[in-house]
Amino acid sequence: MRHVISVTVENKPGVLAHISSLFAARGYSIDSLAVGETEDPAISRMTIVTRGDDQIIEQITKQLRKLISTLKVQDLGGADFIERDLALVKVNIPAGKRGEVLEIVDIFRGNIVDVGQKDLVVELSGQESKIQALIDLLRPYGIKEMTRTGSIAMTRGAK
Amino acid sequence: MNRTGADIFVDALVKEGVEHLFGIPGGVILPLFDKLYDAPIQLVLTRHEQGAGHAADGYARVSGKVGVCLVTSGPGATNLVTAIATANFDSVPMVAFTGQVKTPLIGNDAFQEADITGITRTITKHNYLVKDVCDLARTIKEAFHIAGSGRPGPVLVDLPVDVTLAEHDCEYPQEVDIAGYKPNYVGNPRQIKLAAEAINRSERPILYVGGGVILSGASKSILDLATKASIPVTTTLMGLGAFPEDHELSLQMLGMHGTAYANYAIMASDLIIAVGARFDDRITGRLDSFAPDAKVIHIDIDPTSISKNIRVDIPVVGDARGILESLVEMAHEADHKEWLDLIKAWKEKHPLTYERNGLKPQYIIQQIHDATNGEAIIATEVGQNQMWAAQWFTYSRPRHFISSGGLGTMGYGFPAALGAQLARPDAVVFDIAGDGSFQMNIQELATAVKYQLPVNVAILNNGFLGMVRQWQELFYKRRYSGSVLEDANPDFVRVAEAYGAEGIRITKAEEVRPAIDKAIASPKPVVLDFHVDREENVFPMVPGGEAIDKMIGGMA
Repeated sequence: MRHVISVTVENKPGVLAHISSLFAARGYSIDSLAVGETEDPAISRMTIVTRGDDQIIEQITKQLRKLISTLKVQDLGGADFIERDLALVKVNIPAGKRGEVLEIVDIFRGNIVDVGQKDLVVELSGQESKIQALIDLLRPYGIKEMTRTGSIAMTRGAK
Repeated sequence: MNRTGADIFVDALVKEGVEHLFGIPGGVILPLFDKLYDAPIQLVLTRHEQGAGHAADGYARVSGKVGVCLVTSGPGATNLVTAIATANFDSVPMVAFTGQVKTPLIGNDAFQEADITGITRTITKHNYLVKDVCDLARTIKEAFHIAGSGRPGPVLVDLPVDVTLAEHDCEYPQEVDIAGYKPNYVGNPRQIKLAAEAINRSERPILYVGGGVILSGASKSILDLATKASIPVTTTLMGLGAFPEDHELSLQMLGMHGTAYANYAIMASDLIIAVGARFDDRITGRLDSFAPDAKVIHIDIDPTSISKNIRVDIPVVGDARGILESLVEMAHEADHKEWLDLIKAWKEKHPLTYERNGLKPQYIIQQIHDATNGEAIIATEVGQNQMWAAQWFTYSRPRHFISSGGLGTMGYGFPAALGAQLARPDAVVFDIAGDGSFQMNIQELATAVKYQLPVNVAILNNGFLGMVRQWQELFYKRRYSGSVLEDANPDFVRVAEAYGAEGIRITKAEEVRPAIDKAIASPKPVVLDFHVDREENVFPMVPGGEAIDKMIGGMA
């Protein structure tokens, strides 16, 4: 099962390496990993998307907690949380198809951030599934290049 | 007052109470060795960095203190890797200091440069590269704290040469506060209550005790709980000595080469009380048929050990000693007569045994036990020698059996025995070795002679990599591929003598005891070269991947 794990860590050299080494050494998979500063510049947040049955996810969270550089580890599986992934997609525009492509991007509320002679760069943020859906629709036109940040996540505030 | 990094380093070691430091110098670490020249710390110069690491490890296992080693960059550091991995697997408190090229050169493929923090990331409890002398004192303080607390383990501190030469004005910190490291020592009272209730309900309980009990100093609590509630006790290899093996409730070691009655008992139990053990594959055998009727209580300081290999019903995270003390109070007195009678019958029917003809390795171990009243510190190498040492010496106190359990490092025992002897100068120390293992760190004979450490090496010399040969005999149609040593073994007696140690060759059973007595009496290191029965096997044995009550061999 897919799990989103949010990890706060000390913002120090080598911390990312400690975490990625742990995943590699124990054979855990990483679908995506995004890292950046939090409200406190001494602390970074990593959002790791991984897969495994309950026992593996339990081990992953426990092993992450065991690392000296980690401060807090939260499996967002049970929580109500917001998840966003950002994609930049350079899509080919065959003659006469520009309108079709723009329409698709518009439906997804994507932004056109660059326009070339024969291609467009589309920016889209959202959940992974939404981005995947757009990619599937754009693929027939020819995707020349694509880059994604991987998910970042945050729990919702108390209502 | 400004001090150099090297001064800060030596001061930190003194403040941490370090008395012995194991290591070898080299280019970038010279500023530290220069300061050690007149420091109140004994530098133990080994002949290989791996030897320094294992010696620090053996010192730590026997003394309970943090073992410390110091080596240079590049090959010095990489030579230490096996020793660090060994200590990590067996939860040994150790701080390894490695030299590093100066900071502006890091990453430039400088002479004798190795990314040792990268290399050791997954085989240390934590590691540091100190890039600024201002961080040095605090880093060393943290390293000792992390190594020795919680579930102990090795911490590596990489020291670039310019950091050790730079100056800084600082005091060694008194306190340590690491935001991401707060080991949990106190068990959850609700979990302890659940565990006590399960113990009081159980009809066929068994205590399964690992090295964590020794680390926690909880041997007495195990004895108290076992005797109050009449619970039989089996230990892992790492747990040997945590419970007296001459006690009637002892089942000795379980697992692949455990006693038949320990394996039968855990398989038939209705409650396993696991303490400081981690359900390693050498213990459980085939997982889906392991102890089918048993509920499992798992007491461990490391939450990652719990429910890793088998599903645990009642986890209790914390320090074994405090948790066991509570359980002793809450446990009801019981006699479990039926259960103990059943175990007694197994003990009578399936004792450990061997055929007494020729010069048998098992007999030698028994004689070492008898000659030292069971008080010797036993270090082992890895393989048949290790298993016979585990089976045939009756361990009755903690910190007297030191062996590479998890990693299974051949070449561990001899340097570890040297560290053990330094920690306990009064004790008789034996390294139970094989002719293969001993040659993996034989150069440390020089260290033994130089520091006048009267360690005795008992080589169970069968001319083979014996455990490999045993597997090949049983599972590979006796095709002894790569396991034959005898065609090029040295004369170990003359090797010992060449180093300035004593050597004795023993070929007959009647020569065993006089040779052991002579070795114990000698003030020198002694190499006992026992020419044992060449194709003797370690039995009983559970073939890999089988259920642990499916033992072969050695069943009377």
